[in-house]
Amino acid sequence: MKGFGIHIEGLRKRYGEGDTAVDALKDVNMTVAPGEVVGLIGPSGSGKSTLLKCLGAVIEPTAGRMILGDEVIFEDGWKIADLRALRRDRIGFVFQAPYLIPFLDVTDNVALLPMLAGKPNGEARKRANELLDALDVGHRAKANPSQLSGGEQQRVAIARALANQPPVILADEPTAPLDSERALSVVRILNDMARQFRTAIIVVTHDEKIIPTFKRIYHIRDGKTFEERGLGAA
Amino acid sequence: MISLAGRDILHSWSKFVLTGIGLGLLIGVTLSMAGIYRGMVDDAKALLNNSGADIWVVQQETQGPYAESSSLHDDVYRALLALPGISRAANVTYLTMQVRLGNTDVRTMVVGFEPGQPGEPSYLVAGRQITRSHYEAVADVKTGFQLGDTIRIRRHDYRVVGLTRRMVSSGGDPMVFIPLKDAQEAQFLKDNDAILNERARTTANPTLNRPGVPGLLDAILASQNANHNVNAVLVQIAPGTEPDHVASEIRRWKHLQAFTRAQMEEILVSKLIATSAKQIGMFLVILAIVSAAIVAFIIYTMTLGKIREIAVLKLIGTRNRTIAGMILQQAMGLGLIGFIVGKTVATLWAPIFPKFVLLEPGDAVRGFIVVMLICALASTLAIRVALRVDPATAIGG
Ligand SMILES: Nc1ncnc2c1ncn2[C@@H]1O[C@H](COP(=O)(O)OP(=O)(O)OP(=O)(O)O)[C@@H](O)[C@H]1O
Ligand SMILES: [Mg+2]
Repeated sequence: MKGFGIHIEGLRKRYGEGDTAVDALKDVNMTVAPGEVVGLIGPSGSGKSTLLKCLGAVIEPTAGRMILGDEVIFEDGWKIADLRALRRDRIGFVFQAPYLIPFLDVTDNVALLPMLAGKPNGEARKRANELLDALDVGHRAKANPSQLSGGEQQRVAIARALANQPPVILADEPTAPLDSERALSVVRILNDMARQFRTAIIVVTHDEKIIPTFKRIYHIRDGKTFEERGLGAA
Repeated sequence: MISLAGRDILHSWSKFVLTGIGLGLLIGVTLSMAGIYRGMVDDAKALLNNSGADIWVVQQETQGPYAESSSLHDDVYRALLALPGISRAANVTYLTMQVRLGNTDVRTMVVGFEPGQPGEPSYLVAGRQITRSHYEAVADVKTGFQLGDTIRIRRHDYRVVGLTRRMVSSGGDPMVFIPLKDAQEAQFLKDNDAILNERARTTANPTLNRPGVPGLLDAILASQNANHNVNAVLVQIAPGTEPDHVASEIRRWKHLQAFTRAQMEEILVSKLIATSAKQIGMFLVILAIVSAAIVAFIIYTMTLGKIREIAVLKLIGTRNRTIAGMILQQAMGLGLIGFIVGKTVATLWAPIFPKFVLLEPGDAVRGFIVVMLICALASTLAIRVALRVDPATAIGG
């Protein structure tokens, strides 16, 4: 991976207009290197989800600059025509709940992304099964998502986020529903994956259990970010 | 790429199959309604075909004998035979009535005909044609009568000597064929009390019972009780003659109404069963709307139940086209299941209907196309909702 993983400068987002306008992001600056996992923490309403939505190209920032890899994707307007393809190929999403597709088995939940990107079914499934093995859920590959435990489902969701080998993964409170042992294992997996695939990962969290694992943390308060060194091993 | 619609259907197949069966029963009813209409038309054509006539001669200014009542003198046929181009002409009577068999009675159309002449049942499935000129009958199998049964028509008993099939009135009532003389009597003869009354009244009338004119009263009484009426004369024309021409000659010279085969079919199909056809058409429209509402409702609720998944699919880069296609395919899948179930049940229950139900392959094909169109149309509501889902909702607040 060349250049930055993620680089954000002076990002602003205003919802609505006039009297009812809300400045959710006022001045966000952030850099995540390839292979790095950073934490993003802040009180409720501080703009964490808004930031992920901007980075995930599902809402349009009001101003600022966002760089993914070595490409400027936003600078006072989108610099990329096909945001759908951007999301599909270059960004992986992990949510608080796994949100697996209930009518696809575990393998196809993961293989769906490469398939959407035009990979043949066989190749997509091969890749999916490799990822599932790496995440230690390969033995449940043929199961239905509803038959998996919460932790297993979350690992499948991570495998899905990794399926197209995106340079960036955005995780919104990925450990919230998990006990501390499983929460820590998810963080360990994210760290392993970041190292292995040179992925830049942002983890939004409230979770006291995992905050100490980050090497770097961004605090966001009232739409502004502050960087902080974390307790995680160097 | 895998079929998202197919996977979803497999995943919630019980919901699909149950809804499909419900829809299918509705489609089955729809196909049967169309079949009932086709059956009515076919009954009418069978009635015309089996009568063996080229021209129907009936009372002037009537559209008899099937659509309106008509009464002719039974010697009219002789005058018709004298016209050029007519090879055969025979009297017939038609009378719709209840025919008794033991303790039950069956609604039938009693046909009086002359053996060997037009109007005779064209083929038998059992037994023989009528050979005696009285008290024998040939019945359509749909009457439920058996060979050798004794059936009662008015005051006389008849033996069933033959069975025929597909001989029904335009109303779908099976036919019973009896000799013309018997049928005339059944149709026109008064009951015994009425005859006695009339005879007494005539005898008491001094102008009719005049002294010095022997035989006058007897002649009058005989003519009062004779029945010389029939409902129609069936005419067969000589080969190479134009039925329209012959019919117009009959109208011109004989003061009678004459209909060709084409005119008769017009009367039966577009006049006699026109109201029933509209009734059925109305029913078909309502069934189509109900089916569309069911499909729309089911697909809509199923889509609402998948809003979260749709948001995720969109977030991870699924095209709108793919998502719309998924919903459309599910609606079509539902329609396909429904159609298969509907066609099957319509075929299974068609023979149980008392009247002829004709399931035409053409109607099935049209029905299938309409079902698919309705399903596609019904899915647009759900597709609209799905396309409006904001991928940002997958990330949450
Ligand atoms: N679609 C929207 N329209 C208007 N205002 C919005 C919208 N989404 C968020 N906001 C506002 O923007 C601000 C930041 O919201 P955001 O969802 O980013 O907070 P958050 O940090 O994710 O909070 P939480 O920890 O509770 O999830 C809040 O004041 C919120 O009310
Ligand atoms: Mg949030």
